[in-house]
Amino acid sequence: MELLYNVFVDPFVQMGAMPDLLVQVIWEGFVSGILYALIALGFVLIFKASGVFNFAQGIMVVFGALSLVGLYEAGVPAWLALALSVLIMFALAVTVERVVLRPLVNQPDIILFMATIGINTFLIGFGESVFGGEPKTMITEQIGLPTGSSEIEMLGGRVIFQHIDIAAAVIAALMVASLAIFFNKSKIGRALRAVADDHQAAMSVGITLQQIWRIVWFAAGIVALVTGIMWGARSDVSFALEIVALKALPVLILGGFTSIPGAIIGGLIIGITEKLAEFYWGPLVGGSIESWVPYFVALIFLWFRPQGLFGEKIIERI
Amino acid sequence: MMDGVSEAQGNLTAADGHVVDDRIKDEIILKVDDISLSFGGVKAIQNVSFDIKRGEVRAIIGPNGAGKTSMLNCINGFYHPQEGTITYLGTARKQMRPHIAATQGIARTFQNVALFRGMSTLDNIMSGRTLKMKANLFWQMIRSGPAENEEIEHRRQVEEIIDFLEIQEIRRTPVGRLPYGLQKRVELGRALAMEPTLLLLDEPMAGMNLEEKRDMSRFIIDANEQLGTTIALIEHDMGVVMDLSDRVVVLDHGEMIADGTPQVVQSDQNVIDAYLGVSHE
Repeated sequence: MELLYNVFVDPFVQMGAMPDLLVQVIWEGFVSGILYALIALGFVLIFKASGVFNFAQGIMVVFGALSLVGLYEAGVPAWLALALSVLIMFALAVTVERVVLRPLVNQPDIILFMATIGINTFLIGFGESVFGGEPKTMITEQIGLPTGSSEIEMLGGRVIFQHIDIAAAVIAALMVASLAIFFNKSKIGRALRAVADDHQAAMSVGITLQQIWRIVWFAAGIVALVTGIMWGARSDVSFALEIVALKALPVLILGGFTSIPGAIIGGLIIGITEKLAEFYWGPLVGGSIESWVPYFVALIFLWFRPQGLFGEKIIERI
Repeated sequence: MMDGVSEAQGNLTAADGHVVDDRIKDEIILKVDDISLSFGGVKAIQNVSFDIKRGEVRAIIGPNGAGKTSMLNCINGFYHPQEGTITYLGTARKQMRPHIAATQGIARTFQNVALFRGMSTLDNIMSGRTLKMKANLFWQMIRSGPAENEEIEHRRQVEEIIDFLEIQEIRRTPVGRLPYGLQKRVELGRALAMEPTLLLLDEPMAGMNLEEKRDMSRFIIDANEQLGTTIALIEHDMGVVMDLSDRVVVLDHGEMIADGTPQVVQSDQNVIDAYLGVSHE
């Protein structure tokens, strides 16, 4: 009986008793959720355009962030380092298309998936040999990101907002909006959706798959770089981030592999759920449940809605 | 409508089968020379040769599995024949890439409608303008300057095609929701948006009812006569083939068994045998 009370009643009593704390927890979850959403967005872009599940998306986040910090530590001015990091992500996109995707075109999906695991492993090894294995500190002020925090009095208490978190939310919103406009309204956007729908038909109107693949991998690379900067600013930059990047998987299961709004809503749901769970239910089992709660939520989703919140319903004739 | 068709066709050819009107030029725009294509041990096409003149409607017919679609796939570069050459607009080539074919004015439709199902009719047809749009990525990103003017200009041309095909009321509908006959029409629209020199139509009337077939016939004739598009078409409906085409190639088991005007081909014993399934011994 006491257990039932602790699980089903007490957490809500606590939420009601200290609403300021609840707001703080939800805000923390919201910011994590944005970053999960950005990682998932990278997956969705590539999956939509090429049907490839890019296992290396998480490492691209780390690799982008490491390039920026690594160049800065090597004495390159901050803004130049940022520009060079963008170029590195572009070079990565071109290389992946030329060396991995093009030779494997028309191979089964699982082969391409394995190839992205290869890219993942390569980037870890290459990153470590170039930038070293120790964790690094992300540069923030040097590239115009705010630091510090504001306390706002509300609901009979104080809620702390880190400025970098606010910046992350704003930048993420801007990036998603511009990607949405670009992919919905421009010629390249139409071409991208065309390739996602039908390869042969797309080729017949003169769209080159290679160009589209380079563009989506570059777009995913930019999203990864931004995510890496934001995440790095909250903790530090190391390959341990990869574990965090895998949280994009439950996000994708929730949001659907082909939906950009799904990636965002899914990210926010996962981020907020895991923080609430950790804070209010975690103590019952000794904490650290935020590492598995997202997967549990995803599993429950799979039972009832395998195509995700916004995914295309798969109807197959049998 | 069909009466108009036969009448129009009636004064195109003289009694001896020679073309007399000025719609068809003497220039050969596509010449298929001794093409062979096989997949592993299966021979899809064997030593086939024929040509297409500028301005004509050329039909490719034959029983199922005759190699008709494979032939179109060779022409637009999806397949690369192992032997033989294809000469298009005076340039001979062994291999063609679909993208280059599109750049040089070869458009096509597919046997099983291949539209971008999630996109509207308008966007599907706009995608046919891809190669005509030149604004670079930068202007597209910020959606202004040249990119914006270009969108407006091409949108106007796409609206003309929509009017031409009489599909105004479905311009905003995602094509996945359209009935099959209209999907085929949108697919033709996408191909026409490329302003093709040579239009390849793979069974444009498959699965259509009589009325839809009449409409589609009319659009094909108009595309040919008004827009001056050269057309190569695969079709199973013999009535349609006889009405629409100037010359017919007949394939059977990957080999060419006849080539000539509809009248000549129709009375060819090999063709009759192929369609009736006489054995090939």
